[in-house]
Amino acid sequence: MEALWCDRCGESLREADHFDCQVARNLEPPRFCSSCRRRMVVQVLPAGWSARCSEHGVVDQLNNDE
Amino acid sequence: MTQTTQPQADAAVILQQAREQVLDRGIGLSADQVLQVLQLPDESVADALALAHEVRMKWCGPEVEVEGIVSIKTGGCPEDCHFCSQSGLFTSPVRSVWLNIEELVTAAKQTAATGASEFCIVAAVRGPDENLMSQMREGVAAIKEAVDINVAASLGILTKEQVDDLVDMGVHRYNHNLETAQSYFPNVVTTHTWDERWETLEMVRDSGMEVCCGGIVGMGESVEQRAEFAGQLGALKPHEVPLNFFNPRPGTPFEEVPVMSSTEALLSIAAFRLAMPTTVLRFAGGREITLGEIGTRDGLLGGINAVIVGNYLTTLGRPADEDLELLADLKMPIKAVADAL
Ligand code: SF4
Ligand SMILES: [Zn+2]
Ligand SMILES: [Zn+2]
Repeated sequence: MEALWCDRCGESLREADHFDCQVARNLEPPRFCSSCRRRMVVQVLPAGWSARCSEHGVVDQLNNDE
Repeated sequence: MTQTTQPQADAAVILQQAREQVLDRGIGLSADQVLQVLQLPDESVADALALAHEVRMKWCGPEVEVEGIVSIKTGGCPEDCHFCSQSGLFTSPVRSVWLNIEELVTAAKQTAATGASEFCIVAAVRGPDENLMSQMREGVAAIKEAVDINVAASLGILTKEQVDDLVDMGVHRYNHNLETAQSYFPNVVTTHTWDERWETLEMVRDSGMEVCCGGIVGMGESVEQRAEFAGQLGALKPHEVPLNFFNPRPGTPFEEVPVMSSTEALLSIAAFRLAMPTTVLRFAGGREITLGEIGTRDGLLGGINAVIVGNYLTTLGRPADEDLELLADLKMPIKAVADAL
């Protein structure tokens, strides 16, 4: 699915480079669905995280090392 | 923030006095003395860290207490702590969510796999309600059944009954941060007071649970207020002090407050250790951003004797392996569960 929205700040990927968001994402899980811009339900565990969009489902898994 | 620094000659005197008082006699620095340390010139930072490390080695030993934390209830908090992405009063992107018992046990297992002796369950609430207390009862029992680890909790402001319930469940340590100096607290939180936090801490201590109380440095407080905070924590004498370095969160009132310099952060570590020679001084959130790899090492050689490994509550830490490798490299053994009991 095409990424249209920044998964950190929720703004359009076409309108800015979101470089700071990309850097910040190294130490943060995503907060917005990149397909539809909905705020996701995010759970952080000591060794992983998951993020779920009510429309697009789980976009990342627990135990994801990223 | 304007900062005056002490001239170099004074710096040697300040550190020598601290050596005699803290290292030799085990008496923590007062707030005024902490201020002198926080105002040391950059050239003296290495000496301050070296002294703080000597103090830690003498009064705490070489072991490092490793902890993992997890949020049982995230977001939607009714309080307005201006640094916090979990307040429901701001436009933060963090949504409200609960962890189920199975996920809680998974989190405890992930933590134990790192060799950690501590697992802290945290909730974004003013204080626990019936529902949260019953989740805690079930969750703590399930963890104790499945994992060999000490369980701590951080659930906000407590009643006496809730303190007793947590003791009953076998929670051995309770975290409740004063966050910042009493004089700066009204700039940070308006929905409850510093004194309310203090009252919970006193009840926790009276119950026999270990008191864990720290806060965040670099939230726009003056250096005098940072020293005031160290003095107030010193007076509380907590078993553990988690030291967070401010990390601005999108959508919060403190979003635009800049991150403190690594030099300031390292001096804070040394100063807090010199204020509290025997406490467990823990690296908590924000160290990755404020200090990076080199600063993390400097902190562990500058008074820190505990770490949170893995992810935090809403942000990610660096992989636990990297911290464990660093501890091995520094020849600092990890405190075992039995020792921590
Ligand atoms: S009480 Fe805790 S969770 Fe709630 S806003 Fe304050 S720091 Fe955040
Ligand atoms: Zn962005
Ligand atoms: Zn979506």
